[in-house]
This record gives sequence, structure tokens and C-alpha cells, in this order.
Amino acid sequence: MTEFTPLSALLGGALLGFSSLLFLLLTGHIAGISSIVSGSFKALNTNPQWRWSFLLGLILSPLVLTLFDYHNESSIDISWPVIIVGGFLVGFGTCLGSGCTSGHGICGIGRLSPRSILSTCIFMLVAVIVVFVSRHFIVI
Amino acid sequence: MKLFISFFCGLFFGVGLYIAQMTNPAKVINFLDVAGNWDPSLMLVMGSGLSVFAFGFFFVVNKKTQPVFSKQFFIPEHKLIDKNLVIGAALFGAGWGLTGICPGPAIVNVLTFEPKIFVFIGMMLMGMFAAQKVLKAKL
Repeated sequence: MTEFTPLSALLGGALLGFSSLLFLLLTGHIAGISSIVSGSFKALNTNPQWRWSFLLGLILSPLVLTLFDYHNESSIDISWPVIIVGGFLVGFGTCLGSGCTSGHGICGIGRLSPRSILSTCIFMLVAVIVVFVSRHFIVI
Repeated sequence: MKLFISFFCGLFFGVGLYIAQMTNPAKVINFLDVAGNWDPSLMLVMGSGLSVFAFGFFFVVNKKTQPVFSKQFFIPEHKLIDKNLVIGAALFGAGWGLTGICPGPAIVNVLTFEPKIFVFIGMMLMGMFAAQKVLKAKL
């Protein structure tokens, strides 16, 4: 059970939007995390270093919060089989569908891209249905 | 320079994810759990995120012929709505609904050294690898 936290949600979201915008403006790249991750490993990719830099920034970001003594509660109440299957689905789906919540949800919809709007609607709907079934019908 | 900027944007982005609490799978699942203890916070996250991005995109980026430190923009051009997009989105949605974890938050959670995060990332990479094979085969 988590509380409604509108202020931190708005601030966090704004930071996401702003950092994505800055990234696009300065480097020309879309801050789509799934694409940055899969692009880091793609053999055909000629220039993966900026991706690794970005990912390093992501990895180290909690340290910034620690500096300001900002802590959030976090809990993963998910069983091992679900982590395994879910992880695979997230990787496969984001790569096949060319994006995730950041790439399609923020940058894509922000550009009014029909592909991203559709993709976001689909993954949101499916996610809601999956949670509904797994929480209120079968307990995983 | 590009490496420096990429690092800082990644840092900023991660901070945003953390403050937004997208890094907390329980928070995400409670957002998706519309029939249960619904926590609409993440709706505001995405709303403010895409609004800020849209504003900047249409008022600043769109007016430029090239980015500040790069020769070109790498914005996806293809507009086709195809099977891959739809099926990919559905599969991602399923995985996200099952775990409450998507790629960005998974990476930001690396320093928690939580074993489930590492396994998630490992499986995610395997999934991406498999999808790349599928995409190559279809060509």
C-alpha cells in the first residue's frame, strides 16, 4: 500500500521531462532507456560509448539522493519465477516494440508521435489487466 | 563532451525516476492496480514528464536544425504502426504489470544490490537479445 504523493510525482516527472529534453537538445538522442540498453550491446552499433555513459549516470544517480539524505521506501514483493518471466518479457517487448515508458511514454507522446501514443496505450492497458488478474483473481 | 553530457543527463534522469518513485515496484503496481488501493501518483509523473518534454520540443528543439553538440538529431522517423510495435508493447506491458519494473528503474536500482534486480536485468538483456534475433530474422 503506497500513498498518493502528488508533489514528488510532479517534481520527479518534471525532472524526467527536463533531462530528456536537455539530452535531445544537446546530443540529438532520445532518452529511451530500453533502446539505450539494447543499443549498448548491439554488435552493429558503431558508437556505444555515449550509451554506457548515460547508463553509468543512471546507475550512480541514487548516490546524488544520498548526498541530500533523500530516501524513499521501496519493496519488491514479487516471486522469483515472476521476476524471471517478467524480466524477459520487459526486455523482449521493449526491444520488439522499440521503446518503453521513457522512450514512448515521455519522449514519444511529447512529440505527439502516433506510434508512441498507441504503444503507451497498449502497454498501459495490458499492464493494468495483468495486475488486475494477478492481484484479484490468481495470486502470483 | 558528448560522453560528459550523456553521463549528466543519465544522472538527472535517474534522480527524476527516484524522486518520482518509479524505482519502487510496489508504487508502480499500486498505480496499475486500479481495482485495489489505487495510487494515481505515476499518472502525474508521466503527465508532467511529457508536458515538460512537449513544451521544450515544440518551442525549442523543433526550431533547431541540429543539436548543440552533435551533427544531427536521432529522432525516429518511421511512422508505420506495425505488428512489432503492437506485440512488443503488449509483451512489455505484461512484464511490467507482473513485476512493476521497467528498464530505467531497474538500472537505477543496481546499487541496492538486490538479487532480484540483478536477475531481472539479466533476463531483460536476454529478452532484448532474443528480440533482436527475431527482428533480424524477419528482415
